[in-house]
Amino acid sequence: MKILVCMKQTFDTEAKIAFDGDGKIDNKGVTMIMNPYDEYAVEEALRIKESGEGEVTVICAGGPKAQDALRQALAMGADKAVLLETGEVDMDEYATAIVLAKAIGELEYDVILGGFRAIDDGSAQVMSRVAEVLNVPVVNVITKLEIAGDKAVATREIEGGSEVVEVALPAVFTAQKGLNEPRYPSMKGIMKAKKKPMDKKSVSDLGVEVAPKVKAISFSLPEPRQAGKVVPGEPAEAARELARLLREEAKVI
Amino acid sequence: MEFKLNEEQEMIRKTVRDFAEKEIAPKAGPMDEAEEYDYSLWGQMAEMGLTGIPFSEDYEGAGMDNLSYAIGVEELSRVCASSGVLISAHTSLCSWPIYNFGTEEQKQQFLVPLASGEKIGAMGLTEPAAGSDAGATKTTAVPDGEEYVLNGSKIFITNGYVADIYVIIAATDKSKKHKGLSAFIVEKGTPGFTFGKKEHKMGIRASATYELVFENCRIPKANLLGDEGMGFKVIMMTLDGGRIGIASQALGIAQGAYEEALKYSKIREQFGKPINSNQGIQWMLADMATRIEAARLLVYQAAYLKDSKQPYSKEAAMAKLYASECAMWVTTKAVQIFGGYGYTREYPVERMMRDAKITEIYEGTSEVMRMVVAANILK
Ligand SMILES: Cc1cc2nc3c(=O)[nH]c(=O)nc-3n(C[C@H](O)[C@H](O)[C@H](O)COP(=O)(O)OP(=O)(O)OC[C@H]3O[C@@H](n4cnc5c(N)ncnc54)[C@H](O)[C@@H]3O)c2cc1C
Repeated sequence: MKILVCMKQTFDTEAKIAFDGDGKIDNKGVTMIMNPYDEYAVEEALRIKESGEGEVTVICAGGPKAQDALRQALAMGADKAVLLETGEVDMDEYATAIVLAKAIGELEYDVILGGFRAIDDGSAQVMSRVAEVLNVPVVNVITKLEIAGDKAVATREIEGGSEVVEVALPAVFTAQKGLNEPRYPSMKGIMKAKKKPMDKKSVSDLGVEVAPKVKAISFSLPEPRQAGKVVPGEPAEAARELARLLREEAKVI
Repeated sequence: MEFKLNEEQEMIRKTVRDFAEKEIAPKAGPMDEAEEYDYSLWGQMAEMGLTGIPFSEDYEGAGMDNLSYAIGVEELSRVCASSGVLISAHTSLCSWPIYNFGTEEQKQQFLVPLASGEKIGAMGLTEPAAGSDAGATKTTAVPDGEEYVLNGSKIFITNGYVADIYVIIAATDKSKKHKGLSAFIVEKGTPGFTFGKKEHKMGIRASATYELVFENCRIPKANLLGDEGMGFKVIMMTLDGGRIGIASQALGIAQGAYEEALKYSKIREQFGKPINSNQGIQWMLADMATRIEAARLLVYQAAYLKDSKQPYSKEAAMAKLYASECAMWVTTKAVQIFGGYGYTREYPVERMMRDAKITEIYEGTSEVMRMVVAANILK
């Protein structure tokens, strides 16, 4: 069983977002992490491998720093890593998918996993696009996955409930929270990760042209939250005043 | 000279920090309150290989260096000092002497389950009348056929009762004082080995501290660690390494308290502005950061010396002395920055201040550290 996991490096969930002089998001001094949804994907890949046999390859399109995320996956137990160096270009979902699909096309695969979305831009597009380019089925937002021979049965989240689907392999699956509980890398895993292959390819090595179709024009931060209001006085009186404020000022009741 | 951690050292920091923040931090306060450690965390740490960081893979260790181990203890202690000492006492005080002085059979029998985390380790040196003065040890071990018979008691033993394997220092020849001491491996459950009272403490309250009692406790001769009369050497070398562990614990406590204080100083407003806009607060924060950095360099240097097989006894003592006094100072200032809130159990800094104190006492008091440093520079 050949299992591929696409992953992205994102800002730490607690990172403070600020802009640089050009109005772009400043990543200086920001702690980078593996996109949490991709962690579920890596964990699932490892569980598939551990329940039978197989090989897990993790793939990331990004800058040199993204190697840290790949190394984390290797330390968790993945076998190989591939870094697709995208250089200075501002990648959109289309370009990222083209690059990933091209690299994946050169590998063997039965199962392709990824997070259903990245916590930074949250567009939830890349994996579906990869599936489209590779011409394989995709099952999104899965919370359970069972592999049986050349088929897979996946449970996916749908509005108000869940759906169980069967799909022929190879196929792409995108992970939702709840799929599993990702392990922490072990100390032995950290030591082993050093010796595992980290293949680096530039976009030109792949022979694809990176031509993003979407360009971010500007970014803005949400309005800072207004300070709360304390309604003083005796409980009964305060409650009456609160109800009045909710109706007349906030207009929510 | 290069002030840069390598890849695996960076990774152990990130991994242990992540684990500590998510799994341990929410329990640190409640465990302190209850004076009980949640040993399900031990299981998780064992799974991650935190129970045998600096030992070779041949013995189920992680095969990492001592600097990685120091970073691991630092990161655990940053959120929970009781977790830091659990790992430190287990690793430095029990597993390490077996690793360093044990026979191959002893390593297979005892080190393997310790490093894998299947078993917990502890070390018993201190006695009611033998604290800083280990030569005054009264516990005796008398050979009898194929066994030694142990009699006496040990106090203040970290991981007491919960540990499965104990390295015990006892006198095989009282007339020779410290030259008549020997080290033994004793398993929990051995007839004649029981536990006395549990200590109720100021800090590291989740860490188990017990009295050990030996009454005609017979252990196989094969459990002698090193040779007869080597006990003092075993203990001195063990404590040299242990001090790197405790220095790392102190460093972690200081770092945790500093980060809490820094965060709070930004959000707490008085006189219409954040308290950290006052120079008085800024200078406290600057001094905290500076002392912590100095402590970190001393601790990492001691670990580096140990890793590169150079003498490190003096540097380990300096690191423990400085880092523990740094932890006490920093945590006291952290409570000060929090004001009244810092004095309450609503915030973790009062716990950190209580936890910091022990680092100036165990594995050699600050006075003993100064004695070690002085003996080294005056010789
Ligand atoms: C929570 C906790 C956990 C512990 N865990 C362990 C453990 O796992 N295993 C273990 O064996 N022990 C353990 N200990 C014991 C600890 O190492 C001793 O308490 C410590 O070494 C000091 O010994 P003492 O308490 O007898 O103090 P004492 O030696 O009586 O010292 C009292 C004071 O006199 C000072 N003093 C002593 N001699 C001199 C001198 N020559 N010059 C100047 N000042 C001096 C000391 O610095 C101290 O300030 C633990 C203790 C505690 C409280």
